[in-house]
Amino acid sequence: MADHYKQAQVAEAAADHAAEVAEAHEAAIIAGAPRHPVAEFWDYFSQNRGALAGLIFIVVLIVTALFAPWIAPHSPIEQFRTALLLPPAFVEGGTWTHVLGTDDVGRDIFSRIIWGSRLSLFVGVIVVTLSLGAGIALGLLAGYFRGWVDVAIMRMMDIMLAVPSLLLAIAVVAILGPGLENAVVAIAIVVLPHYVRLTRAAVITEASKDYVTSSRIAGASNLRLMFNTILPNCMAPLIVQATLGFSTAILDAAALGFLGLGAQPPTPEWGSMLADSLQFVQRAWWVVTFPGLAILLTVLAFNLMGDGLRDALDPKMKR
Amino acid sequence: MLGFILKRIGLVIPAFIGVTVLTFALIHLIPGDPVLMMAGERGIDPERYARLRSELGLDQPLIVQYWNYISGVLSGDLGRSIVTRKPVIQEFLALFPATIELTICAMTFAVLIGLPAGMLAAVKRGTAVDHTVMATSLTGYSMPIFWWGLLLIILFSVTLGITPVSGRLSAIYWVEPVTGFLLIDSLLSDETGAFWSAVHHLILPSIVLGTIPLAVIARMTRSAMLEVLREDYVRTARAKGVAPLRVIMVHALRNALIPVITVIGLQVGTLLAGAILTETIFSWPGIGKWLVESIYRRDYPVIQGGIMLVATVIIVVNLLVDVLYGIINPRIRHQR
Repeated sequence: MADHYKQAQVAEAAADHAAEVAEAHEAAIIAGAPRHPVAEFWDYFSQNRGALAGLIFIVVLIVTALFAPWIAPHSPIEQFRTALLLPPAFVEGGTWTHVLGTDDVGRDIFSRIIWGSRLSLFVGVIVVTLSLGAGIALGLLAGYFRGWVDVAIMRMMDIMLAVPSLLLAIAVVAILGPGLENAVVAIAIVVLPHYVRLTRAAVITEASKDYVTSSRIAGASNLRLMFNTILPNCMAPLIVQATLGFSTAILDAAALGFLGLGAQPPTPEWGSMLADSLQFVQRAWWVVTFPGLAILLTVLAFNLMGDGLRDALDPKMKR
Repeated sequence: MLGFILKRIGLVIPAFIGVTVLTFALIHLIPGDPVLMMAGERGIDPERYARLRSELGLDQPLIVQYWNYISGVLSGDLGRSIVTRKPVIQEFLALFPATIELTICAMTFAVLIGLPAGMLAAVKRGTAVDHTVMATSLTGYSMPIFWWGLLLIILFSVTLGITPVSGRLSAIYWVEPVTGFLLIDSLLSDETGAFWSAVHHLILPSIVLGTIPLAVIARMTRSAMLEVLREDYVRTARAKGVAPLRVIMVHALRNALIPVITVIGLQVGTLLAGAILTETIFSWPGIGKWLVESIYRRDYPVIQGGIMLVATVIIVVNLLVDVLYGIINPRIRHQR
């Protein structure tokens, strides 16, 4: 599914930006000197207001996660026995001590969400690192050596893609047992095929180019060719996929948490906070609303930024 | 055409074998002894332990075990649930119609809204309408659907009292299961009102499950439509004075639909996986809820068989989409 979604995005982005890009290109020709790649990238990226909004949100989120102990007004697991299911401050009956209210055992929801940002970003970082690392290695092997290595790796990835990601993740968690660490491993395995496919496709395109042939003739080893010569030129689509990978990882981890297969209580993980809130749907809307809103906004921010990065990094759209 | 279909089926067989290896490996990758894991904290006496081991075939060499497993799978024998003692395939078949009914309704919802929305966005490109459609669909795509379901329950079921919170049918009705599809069964029965009750129960779960496919379909339709609207034949149609609406509905839409149909087909997998979450929220008695419960109970034959069956359904659906795509688009069929 992600592939087709991406195709759609690429196609529409191409249509949307064709005119702007042509203009910018013209301006560059007139100006004469080629611009620094980073400056050029930033020009494209900052034109996209959605991507900029996403970036700002993510920066705020990272700061929140880093300084959670100082920002959060209370401990995420402290139970205020006198303030059970207290509504948010801006609703009648709420107090400013608990801005977003409290849950059924009197824990401060605002503090739990702040601490939860640590877990979500942690999940994103680990999942993307694991799957990107393994995906690049397998994709390079498949795309560089071709032949049976390629067939073996790609068939394996096809099989993994035949099973829907959440189902596969659930299967992995069923094997390893519920828990945040296992959920992270499960998600990293599940998203692996996307990175492998992307890397392989990019490597195949690059490997046939003249600069690779000339380094080979100059005597570069296979490893050097793979990692130093080819890989740096394959990074653009991988960076985009990694950013979008954050949103998938956070969403899937929350879904597993919600099903009781991810982070276990009393961990302030956003998805498992929602699972705890199920029985209070009828009388305490705030217990449900805020953790979910945190998930939505975070996932949306990463998707927006991924879209913006793709538009800015994809050389096909610049020329 | 036959050659094309056979080639596609040939590609499916390795995927199917892979899935059987995956589900077979499932029970062997469990850290520790699977029988002890299944017993959990209850513990197990040695006699029952030995019986379970031989029942699961764990006392035989691995290759023999796999052979037994795959011949069982091919003859429709997926073992028995440890909890209910019923054959896994029987439980699956009893619950599957509920999931299919929900999936079809969700897909109908997604297509009915997503297709026109995407077309409108493409035609009104760059306007506020376009931006609204695109922003909404990106939000839909980013939506944690388990939360979305809870919000809709709070709004429509708890606050407004319009729709029921859970289940497939109000408890006051009893409908003879004929097809397993309640919308059909309730019409066949003489319980008046049962049909509307079934419809009421379907509304929220369908919206929740259909949200992500809706977003994907809207985006895909928009980009396919934009592509087609640039084509010469659209310009020609316009130049010769064909009514604008006719250009869009007849000349453009037919060609724009080709990639959209593929995406719709590929969404079936997403829907079946999404059903796991949706069914949990709405206590919908389908295979998603059944699978999650089997994990809580460590009912490994059910987990193994359930994943196997769902994956098979998805592989078959993807095959059908591929073939259908070849029928609509001759260019694909005659490649290579």
